[in-house]
Amino acid sequence: MTAFLAKRIGIGLLTLMVASAVVFGVLEILPGDPAQLMLGMNATPEALANLREQMGLNQPVLLRYFNWVGGMLVGDFGRSFTYSSPVIDLIAERVVVSLPLAVISLILSTAIAIPVGIFSAARRGKAADTVSMGAAQIGVAIPNFWFALLLIYVFAVWLRLVSSGGFPGWNAGIWPGIKALLLPAVALALPQAAILARVTRSAMLEVLGEDYIRTARAKGMPRRTVLWRHALRNAMIPVLTILGLQFAFLLAGTIIIENVFYLPGLGRLVFQAITQRDLIVVEGVVMLLVASVVVVNIIVDILYAVVDPRLRIAA
Amino acid sequence: MKLLKSVLVATALALATSSAAIAQRTDIVIGMVLEPPHLDPTAGAAAAIKEVGYANIFEGITRIGPDGAVQPGLAESWEISDDGKVYTFKLRTGVKFHDGADFSAEDVKFSIDRAMAEDSVNPQKGLYSAIEKVEVVDPATVVVTLKHPQGAFLWNMGWGEAAIVSPASADGNKEKPIGTGPFKFENWAKGSSITLVKNPDYWGEEVALDKAEFRIIPDAAAAVPALLSGDVHAFSNMPAGDALPQIESDPRFKVVIGSTEGETVLATNNKKEPFDKLEVRQAIAHALNRDEIIAGTPPGLGVPIGSHFAPHHPAYVDLTGTYPYDPEKAKELLAQAGFPDGFSATLKLPPPGYARDGGQIIASQLRQVGINLEIIPLEWADWLSQVFTDKNYDLSIVSHVEPMDIGIYARPDYYFQYQNPEFNAVMEELEVTTDEAKRNELYGKAQRILAEDAVNGFLFQLPKVGVWDAKIEGMWENWPLSVADLTKVHWTE
Repeated sequence: MTAFLAKRIGIGLLTLMVASAVVFGVLEILPGDPAQLMLGMNATPEALANLREQMGLNQPVLLRYFNWVGGMLVGDFGRSFTYSSPVIDLIAERVVVSLPLAVISLILSTAIAIPVGIFSAARRGKAADTVSMGAAQIGVAIPNFWFALLLIYVFAVWLRLVSSGGFPGWNAGIWPGIKALLLPAVALALPQAAILARVTRSAMLEVLGEDYIRTARAKGMPRRTVLWRHALRNAMIPVLTILGLQFAFLLAGTIIIENVFYLPGLGRLVFQAITQRDLIVVEGVVMLLVASVVVVNIIVDILYAVVDPRLRIAA
Repeated sequence: MKLLKSVLVATALALATSSAAIAQRTDIVIGMVLEPPHLDPTAGAAAAIKEVGYANIFEGITRIGPDGAVQPGLAESWEISDDGKVYTFKLRTGVKFHDGADFSAEDVKFSIDRAMAEDSVNPQKGLYSAIEKVEVVDPATVVVTLKHPQGAFLWNMGWGEAAIVSPASADGNKEKPIGTGPFKFENWAKGSSITLVKNPDYWGEEVALDKAEFRIIPDAAAAVPALLSGDVHAFSNMPAGDALPQIESDPRFKVVIGSTEGETVLATNNKKEPFDKLEVRQAIAHALNRDEIIAGTPPGLGVPIGSHFAPHHPAYVDLTGTYPYDPEKAKELLAQAGFPDGFSATLKLPPPGYARDGGQIIASQLRQVGINLEIIPLEWADWLSQVFTDKNYDLSIVSHVEPMDIGIYARPDYYFQYQNPEFNAVMEELEVTTDEAKRNELYGKAQRILAEDAVNGFLFQLPKVGVWDAKIEGMWENWPLSVADLTKVHWTE
């Protein structure tokens, strides 16, 4: 197990190194001058030159790259060009919104999807299966921003149960914070749940067709026990893979939902930073996301080994 | 009995008015689309910086009012020497910055010198170009000497970028702005909202609001439910889109369509073939159907313009008839210029809706006369470097939102690449003319030259779609500056 972990972490670190070079390189060739964007169309050339100097854009590319990587190794992500605060503070402010949102959505979607998937698989071809998979099909097809707007009109404009968006900050209390995240979490969770339910169902069906399931049933084991103890555990591998991918998406791929609910999350930070060519912020956020994907993958790998002892031996 | 009755009535009235006074709201939530990158107006061009701070947090020696006219600011009065070069400002006394520092003539000198300095990053450094020196006479008197008389000097000093800042706090204004205005900065939840509170030590008239929150709503689709649910009370300029009629018919809201300083033009590269030929530019002007373009760019409320000048200004001349819509005439002119079969060119479009929607319509209108446009969408950063800085473009659509910016056509090396000594002479004369009537006449002359030269395709003035709760008063109807001045804003109940 230790060798397995060491290998995983080694691959993770290598991924991070490659990612840092790619991210930096891509942003370097991206057209656009951050100073011009800041000062606008009436700026004098001297003012532009002064600002470039202040931002440190006049230094050679390689020097800037190594300064940046060196800084990150000691926890210094640099200072934002546009906001004059440290990148790490900007990220921290957004993570406290994005992380709880991702976790709530993931819990919601898992809580809905896995029972529905198992239920459908167990009643394959029956009315209940058709109805729940039909619903899942709709869930996959509905664009989530449209679904989000629908939720806003029903719960904020019509019923006035929650506000139409925004985030009061955790200073306002735990409940107001969670309340502000509820609608966005539902809007994010349902399409994810639909995908997850379908994956769970097909993984279960595959397992249920195996010989050992028939054997278990033949020796008189109750249907329920077979389903939950023998089938589900073996069906977990594809489900875990999808869950890992979904978590990474929920952490940063939620820009559209963040816009509709005007939530100050990571997705909007990175989008805003790209349009303003606040490169150092983009680089910082992307590295953080790469790191979180790497970590999630390591966790998923460990979970594979937990559910399937054969993988432990192979590693 | 009569007495008792009148006493009762009087008491009831008193109660009613006092309870109304108590019930009157003193907080407001204002929606805005773009979040400011920081809050220092002397270091960034983003309009959102001024939208939050202008007249609320920061003040200049003069200020520009809702009608676009210059009003006294931190200077209560001024005298101008006979040669028009020396301005003596009498400053207000008893003014304090939000950090408690006293305001004096030294701060005025500091602010102007800082903006003019070698290492300045002021986005409107050009406003200060005529200033020779600033001298402090006493704490309440400052003398500004100009290199030459400048007609627009007092107006220039009323811009948001000309805010008066304190040496003690100037470097921290990006994150914690300290000015002299009626509102103090309280909190900025990045990505969410910026909160201002009333400044109890304000020198001037007390404002009606105790608290103002600017809430950032980047998505147009989210702006409408935010208004309908009552989460946001006002938008200075709302991205209402198709939902505007729905809001207009709702008695809870007031919709006030106003004007802005944004001249929307089909920017043309005047040095590049074939746009260097007057006939080609005239042909384009004849091929453009402004009404169709305006109707096709939501909210469809733009005002047609025939030159680079705002229709609400007293010096405006209606030149929309210079080259009326006439596709046949356009084809003739193209043939005269040597393009009987037309030609192909590119149309590079920045992100705003007016450009992307307007671009489609313009491309189809120009196709009617044989000009085939390839549409290239760009994001702002890309547009600024390709079109604005490198002048690597044929045609583009953009709104020039700086107030009274007709002078950009005289700039050497500006991205229109237009050069006309006659026009430049008018601008030079305007710079040193202080007489209002004479200035307006010169502005008229300048507008005519640009219209006749068909420098750009002049399309329409960008509208301001003001939407707010029907119980709110004091919001600006027009936008001589794109700001959200809250000094006169109050609830009526």
